[in-house]
Amino acid sequence: MILTDWIWGLVGGLMIGTAAAIFLLGNGRIMGASGIIGGLVDRSGLHNWAERLAFLAALVVVPALMLPLYRVEVSTNITSSLGIVIAGGLLVGIGTRLANGCTSGHGVCGISRFSLRGIVATVFYLLAGGLTMVLFRHFLGVI
Amino acid sequence: MQRIIIAAISGGLFGAGLLVSGMTDTTKVQGWLDVFGNWDPTLAFVLGGAILPMLVAWHMTTKRAVSMVGDPFPSKPDPRLGHNLVIGSVLFGAGWGLVGLCPGPAIASLSWGGTGGITFILAMIAGMLVAQPIRLQIDRLAAI
Repeated sequence: MILTDWIWGLVGGLMIGTAAAIFLLGNGRIMGASGIIGGLVDRSGLHNWAERLAFLAALVVVPALMLPLYRVEVSTNITSSLGIVIAGGLLVGIGTRLANGCTSGHGVCGISRFSLRGIVATVFYLLAGGLTMVLFRHFLGVI
Repeated sequence: MQRIIIAAISGGLFGAGLLVSGMTDTTKVQGWLDVFGNWDPTLAFVLGGAILPMLVAWHMTTKRAVSMVGDPFPSKPDPRLGHNLVIGSVLFGAGWGLVGLCPGPAIASLSWGGTGGITFILAMIAGMLVAQPIRLQIDRLAAI
């Protein structure tokens, strides 16, 4: 970790939390990325599709507009292994819908209201993520 | 219209925060999960920083009857856990570790994530589509 990374992490985190606070106090809704996307994908949230679409459009456009502020090239550094990308995407899609939430919904919005579901979900996805690193990076060496 | 503007402000700030925090960089996320490797604690600052404004926000929901647009606030958190919460979180965590992307950063990085990023999003959408039949199957097994 570069020394200033934690400062940017904290600043970015405060922005993420403020975004969630605006969604909650403004629209009375929990800012969960998987729920907002999933409701459009499986049509369970079509009744407020415009709000979801506006959220997702801004989520794509605003960081895109910020890219020129960076002097170095911004990259996701995603793996070039197509199989791992597809497997990971499928697992994230299935898992977040089964659990009804991801890092933003359960992690940010759930923990901050001391929700048992949010805390339990966060513990399990962190443990599973850590174990995945042990297995697939240190034992199998594929990620 | 007000709802849509609020949603756009929230989504935009969310995306900006994800980029600034480094969470759209898969190496930082995998670095956080890789406790036994070259551990990167950044994500703890991101999550901690994100929870702070929400602590205030949840407190404010107790002081007023409805949200700005007049809709009620989310109901009390469901205390029931259930097997799907645990199974789903484990599957999500595994996918998160494999690639280093969760749903928010995957969408936020769409414009610069390349074909890898788009492939991840398409696979995630496919996973979301099959989640409901899988849920029914798990519930059937759990009822035995």
